[in-house]
Amino acid sequence: MAEIDDTDRAILRALLADGALGAKEVGLRVGLSQPAAWRRIRRLEEAGVIRGRSLILDREKLGFGVVVFLGVKLAAKGRLDLETFERAVQAIPEVQLVQQVIGVHDYRLRVVARDLSDFERILRRRIMTLPGVGQVESNVMLREEKNAPPPL
Amino acid sequence: MHSLDDIDRRLLRLLQEEAGLPVTELAERAGVSAGACWRRIEKMERARVILGRAIDIDPRALGYEVRVFLRVVLDKAASHAFDDFLAAARALPEVIAIETLLGRVDIRMDVVARDLAHYQEIYRDRILALPHIAEIDALMLVSELKNSARLPI
Repeated sequence: MAEIDDTDRAILRALLADGALGAKEVGLRVGLSQPAAWRRIRRLEEAGVIRGRSLILDREKLGFGVVVFLGVKLAAKGRLDLETFERAVQAIPEVQLVQQVIGVHDYRLRVVARDLSDFERILRRRIMTLPGVGQVESNVMLREEKNAPPPL
Repeated sequence: MHSLDDIDRRLLRLLQEEAGLPVTELAERAGVSAGACWRRIEKMERARVILGRAIDIDPRALGYEVRVFLRVVLDKAASHAFDDFLAAARALPEVIAIETLLGRVDIRMDVVARDLAHYQEIYRDRILALPHIAEIDALMLVSELKNSARLPI
């Protein structure tokens, strides 16, 4: 766990509000010089608190109308072949998220698709054909109601 | 749907891989002039295709070792079940993501906690106190193999 102080928290809040801010603007907001802000941001990156930066795109404007959460259970004999399954599932470009979990499923996936028939094609041709796949439960996302950082 | 050409898509693909790429380098990789590159990005920002840039924070580095996904079925016989539940769940700081779903479950949530004891406290005192829960099940994160907002453009 990284040691962070109140100034680091203020920096994280500023960057969470606008990830495009440079060190100078962050410094202005939290009362630091540009080099001091830059050093702190750099340290937060090195400590792994800031994992990276990404572009936020409007998924629907780009034609991806559907997000589906899948719960995947491996078939009994598939358990021998976790690595093959994991490698293959991560390589599917429409699969954005792969998490190994404990509970009623073995893996959670998030899949983006253009529409429901596109999703059905991805499910049948790419996911159901993965080595070791047993039961798959699909839940279509209606709306994202909250997406927040962990409490700082 | 916004109409993009091949060069726009190429720029988005490059930026999805490396959001911090300077315009000059982006232009070179996409095979356009820096001016043209800058204009295209600005146009996509104006059209709200590009909404902005985000930093990705690792909950583990902040001391949240436990992450649980809760899947909730609501008691739909109760009026305003969704609204009541969502308003109360949104107010919990350890609930960092909520989605409404169409399928066997109605709602899913991401919960972060410092350790299992902390999780148990959140679950008992706050999650189970949320209104109109008919069924709830939990998946605990073991490892995250892929997590990207990248679209297959």
